[in-house]
Amino acid sequence: MEEFALIMRHEDGHKVASPEQIQIWMKQTMDWIGGIAALNKFSGGTGLPFEDSRVVRSNNVVTNGPFGEIKETIGGFIVVKADSVDEAVEFAKGCPVLQGEGNSVEVRKIAKGTAPH
Amino acid sequence: MEQQELIPHLFRTEFRKIAAVLCKAFGVEHIGIAEDIASETFLSALETWPYKGVPANPTAWLYKVAKNKSKNWIGRNNIFTDKIAGQIKYSSPDVQEIDIDLSDKNFNDSQLQMLFAICHPAISTESQIGLSLRILCGFGIEEIANALLSNKETINKRLSRAKEKLRVEKVKIEFPLDAEVDQRLATVLTTLYLLFNEGYYSESQDTVLREDLCQEAIRLTYLLVENEQTNQSPVNALLSLMCFQSSRFKARKNENAEMVLYQDQDESLWDQELISKGAYFLHQASKGTQISKYHLEAGIAYWHTIKDDTKEKWENILQLFNRLLQIEYSAIAALNRTYVLSKVNGKAEAIVEAEKLKLVNNHFYFTLLGELYKDIDNRQAKQYFKKALSIAKTRTDKQTIQRKIDQL
Repeated sequence: MEEFALIMRHEDGHKVASPEQIQIWMKQTMDWIGGIAALNKFSGGTGLPFEDSRVVRSNNVVTNGPFGEIKETIGGFIVVKADSVDEAVEFAKGCPVLQGEGNSVEVRKIAKGTAPH
Repeated sequence: MEQQELIPHLFRTEFRKIAAVLCKAFGVEHIGIAEDIASETFLSALETWPYKGVPANPTAWLYKVAKNKSKNWIGRNNIFTDKIAGQIKYSSPDVQEIDIDLSDKNFNDSQLQMLFAICHPAISTESQIGLSLRILCGFGIEEIANALLSNKETINKRLSRAKEKLRVEKVKIEFPLDAEVDQRLATVLTTLYLLFNEGYYSESQDTVLREDLCQEAIRLTYLLVENEQTNQSPVNALLSLMCFQSSRFKARKNENAEMVLYQDQDESLWDQELISKGAYFLHQASKGTQISKYHLEAGIAYWHTIKDDTKEKWENILQLFNRLLQIEYSAIAALNRTYVLSKVNGKAEAIVEAEKLKLVNNHFYFTLLGELYKDIDNRQAKQYFKKALSIAKTRTDKQTIQRKIDQL
């Protein structure tokens, strides 16, 4: 069993959704994660809120938020257990982020045994 | 109270008291002796009272006998230790005068310390439950065997092995150190949770015994709430869960001792006092920042105390199950979550999710599928229920499934 990170990307972080809309997305995301957890395939994960976010650049320039010239933002990620990348892709297909045109979910395998001891 | 009722009544309340205090006084290596002395004390009462009459203060009589028996044993044990083991250089008179303090304060302290000693990671969970029932709750071996659907020999063996293990591991009967409390408390809570479930979901036909088990689990959990160091948020959450669940005790079985499913229960039989207590402890539990599985399960149980089939209710339960499964997966939570999903997002979505679960050795899985297909495709539903019936083990489960087939 491998672990895969499903990274949720929003095409345009500038768009501001209404609280009602955010609540619907939250519910859908929780139901999506709950469905994966019901298969005992959920390992962990977190949302990445925009508040208190900074971008640090190579010359130590710090800017607020992941915005600015970066158009695409990461909304969060979850880590799932899967026998293959194809299974992880099936989980990713259910992600509510994909309802937004241009949004994407990146599926990346978690490297094994490279963590510092 | 009539004499034939008095002794069993005293046994219920005093055996565990004498046993815990003596265990604490003698040390974990002598749990068996403490148990024997407590039993012999009641045997003396049974032999003496019918002839000499019930003493004016029966409890004081029992304590006096227990103390005398303890002193005799300590004396004998010292002689044995002196002569055979030769480890004690001189026989200290202080040891002979060991204080057997049977006050309520010492009883509560001793029980709490015994609870931690028994719920020790070194012994198996089922042994922890058995020993808790024997030493902390004063259940007879036969009662334990009935409650756990086993037989006396198995229980006796299990308990002896557990006592031996505690002796070998030199487990101390004491309150754990501050740094250890949280970790040890987690084991204690698991055992109390299982003890409660043993009573709540037991197949045992003895309803009184099953209720006793639940009440004992509540009593021991309450002991933890009353103690400052253990009055933590998961403990309150667990107690809340137990109160909410127990509130439906009377409504869960009909006069033929058959299981009455939640949606068919007469809610006027739900115990409102226990529901209020559950709400109080859930409120206490919400004071910290910690969210344990007990918080989530208590939340789910809370919403079940509201009979109305509202969207809000099922939506809240669904979100609690979503979080519960992230903390700790269990097949039953996964199945329940999928049932709740059908209530919130409709049967079509739930069927897709249910079929992914593939818990093909679990009869609840096929019961769920049958339930989801009902009214959509009754022929398919019937097949699933029949499959469930073929792998269900207990009488109650078979009855419940058969009724579902008959209703189709």
